[in-house]
Amino acid sequence: MALPVAFFALFFAYPVAAIVGRGLRADGVWRFGRIGEVLSRPDILDVLWFTTWQALASTALTLLIALPGAYVFARFDFPGKQLLRAVVTVPFVLPTVVVGTAFLALLGRGGLLDELWGVRLDTTVWAILLAHVFFNYAVVVRTVGGLWSQLDPRQEEAARVLGAGRLAAWRRVTLPALAPAVAAAALMVFLFTFTSFGVVQILGGPAYSTLEVEIYRQTAQLLDLPTAAVLTLVQFAAVGGILAVHAWTVRRRETALKLVDPAQTSRPPRGAGQRTLLGGVLLSVLLLVLLPLGVLVERSLDTSGGYGFAFYRALQSADANGSTFLVPPLDAIGNSLRYALAATVIALVIGGLAAAALTRRRAGRLVRGFDALLMLPLGVSAVTVGFGFLITLDRPPLDLRTSWILVPLAQALVGVPFVVRTMLPVLRAVDDRLREAAAVLGASPLRAWREVDLPLVRRAVLVASGFAFAVSLGEFGATVFIARPDNPTLPVAVARLLGRSGELNYGQAMALSTILMLVCAVSLLVLERIRTDRSGEF
Amino acid sequence: MNTTTKYAATALAAALGVSVLAGCGGADDGASGGGAGGSETVTLVSHDSFNASDAVLKAFTKETGYTVKVLKSGDAGAALNQEILTKGSPRGDVFFGADNTLLSRALDNGLFTPYKAKGLERVAADTQLDAGKHRVTPVDTGDICVNYDKKYFADRKLDPPQSFDDLLKPAYRNLLVTENAATSSPGLGFLLGTVAAHGETGYQDYWKKLKSNGVKVVDGWEQAYNEEFSGSAGGKKAKADRPLVVSYASSPPVEVLYADPQPTEAPTGVATGTCFRQIEFAGLLDGAKNEAGGKALLDFLISKRFQEDMPLNMFVNPVAKDAKLPELFTKFGATVDKPATVAPEKIAENREQWVQSWSSLVVK
Repeated sequence: MALPVAFFALFFAYPVAAIVGRGLRADGVWRFGRIGEVLSRPDILDVLWFTTWQALASTALTLLIALPGAYVFARFDFPGKQLLRAVVTVPFVLPTVVVGTAFLALLGRGGLLDELWGVRLDTTVWAILLAHVFFNYAVVVRTVGGLWSQLDPRQEEAARVLGAGRLAAWRRVTLPALAPAVAAAALMVFLFTFTSFGVVQILGGPAYSTLEVEIYRQTAQLLDLPTAAVLTLVQFAAVGGILAVHAWTVRRRETALKLVDPAQTSRPPRGAGQRTLLGGVLLSVLLLVLLPLGVLVERSLDTSGGYGFAFYRALQSADANGSTFLVPPLDAIGNSLRYALAATVIALVIGGLAAAALTRRRAGRLVRGFDALLMLPLGVSAVTVGFGFLITLDRPPLDLRTSWILVPLAQALVGVPFVVRTMLPVLRAVDDRLREAAAVLGASPLRAWREVDLPLVRRAVLVASGFAFAVSLGEFGATVFIARPDNPTLPVAVARLLGRSGELNYGQAMALSTILMLVCAVSLLVLERIRTDRSGEF
Repeated sequence: MNTTTKYAATALAAALGVSVLAGCGGADDGASGGGAGGSETVTLVSHDSFNASDAVLKAFTKETGYTVKVLKSGDAGAALNQEILTKGSPRGDVFFGADNTLLSRALDNGLFTPYKAKGLERVAADTQLDAGKHRVTPVDTGDICVNYDKKYFADRKLDPPQSFDDLLKPAYRNLLVTENAATSSPGLGFLLGTVAAHGETGYQDYWKKLKSNGVKVVDGWEQAYNEEFSGSAGGKKAKADRPLVVSYASSPPVEVLYADPQPTEAPTGVATGTCFRQIEFAGLLDGAKNEAGGKALLDFLISKRFQEDMPLNMFVNPVAKDAKLPELFTKFGATVDKPATVAPEKIAENREQWVQSWSSLVVK
């Protein structure tokens, strides 16, 4: 418990408090009157209103489209399932710059919709909502589907035998078990869309602005720290509110679940109804996820001399005619992977410890509060944390402002909530009597955890590390502020290439994005495969 | 719990160890205080667009014994604001990238230690905006101008626009795309250009007319240029339909440089009467750890060698009069004789208000 607390205090609470404090204090006096001043500005109110309703709409739409997907991934076997599960997670880690490009190709002028029906959705709210679904599809499929695949279908069958109708059995047995996971997924999606930055900027055009965009503008562009501080507090309050609701829903339904090996629960679809459902889900994945990704691949191969790999070849050199980089862009892949590895390990250790501490029965109110605290980094903009680092970590022994370790640290801050969120429902569902039995038999707490909890949560750990890894790979905000040009990460390299004119640069950006997608998909696939044979011991 | 913590601490330490071994560039290359090798580091803080070729940086090390370390942090505005935040304990010795739209903010915050760079007499006088105090040294200039898609206008036998007023003509209706002045530096530059051309009251009227003539505003340069502008490589793929975009005077040479095979003529042209001049400055940071190295670096930034290397790395124009432009620029670039300018203090005073009223006129 001590380690996660220290980590958060030093790398999150202290920097954020410092930057907010600088905005709200003048001449050594707190000026809380500024809060009222800022919140009475009509432009700020517009921003708040838009942020909230687009997040609600995005969350509803994502759940609507992704829940059937979660069911299909959990309960059906079909060829290419693992590959597809990895692929749907790819959007989640793509830099928004790239996603914006892909979506414009679909929704904008001359895009697919335009050619079929003459519909153009760019610079409308629809584009923002659909992009949010694209981004967060995997969040729902993985968090809800991960648990769903481990629920014992025999429980539902037992209810049917006892005379419950199909719907009633589902409502009484499966739904209560799933509710915490659905709530967790919905909460995550809401948080992400509430704090959406790049998507809103690119697809919404300048007419739409979310809180996150406004905080960035006030901090990085205008250096209006008072306004930024007030907006950060508003975001804090909003996120805190969401978390409180979430904690309440979870507390209402904490039952020990009987988890089984997912391999036992899924089977090929039977009957027309199930096949239709599978087909429908696959179609929605194709349209929403694969098509935008496909556009990027197509553009990366589309050279002036017909289709070919010229752009990929160009990535290998540090560019003889005017260097965009000191190193070949390809090196960015290695950098990204190393950062992601470090960030994942940090996030797993911190998140794992926190989750373990939170599941102990004796965990009091204080610890529960910590649970919510862990989620806060998701609701704080990268620019706030980044600028906070600048003014707090500037003295030896902690002058980390120009150190590489800041990158994985900042990324781990975002990764930890994922780890906690994915592990907690499963850990809480572990029957306490197993732990007690182990203790009675003389196992130390650590040994009991290793022998009882770990085998049961191994899958959750893998899912969590997959998320942490993916988040880190695509993370752009923190990486921009930590300036080491000799080793840019993939998203930074893509952004730099897109920031210059010329066919080769554009093509290389598309090629790097494609590589980023592949790297992510492969990493996620490997994680899916790691499940050792021992998991069959359940 | 105790054992768990210990176990975790070990794991964390091991993890950090592993990642250091994996070589995240983990070697801390701070100033080593000039050891036996006499190699000392001088740190240049800049924005994402800074670039210099390796050979030139090595030449500087050979000449002075200082190794240059470059830190880039975000766009020009964000990078400068980070310096203002860390004033007094800067991350580096020299800051490069305060342009004339941001200069006053940098100077008012007292970021820089005055230093008159060696060789300043070779630098064009009209770029030396702080000639009295030498807190900053001009390094490069760049022009923000409307670019046009040559093919589009040739196909229609229509002359491309040449001035701000031309853009209001019905012939160019729905053809121009520009960037958000609140978030994008070319967007801001174009707005300032219209202020210079039409005055501090007339610019609003100009934008009203421009809006009714169908100007499109997108958020950033990348999107405007690569997705909306029909003359760029990206735009051609995206089937873009706007043949006019607010970009830079150096964009056509860049289009040529990065095309494969290289064409004999640039696919895009520059409307030379629509330009706003940006001047970028560098200065010695107040509280720099390596002041001597910082001064040497400032001298170097305006040396002939660096000034001639710069155009093909950053696509900007040199300020040193003896620096020759590369052939690519002279052959495909445009010379802008009368760029619009606005005094830095005027920009500092009014920028917020101009951008605000621009937003409410054009965006909302």
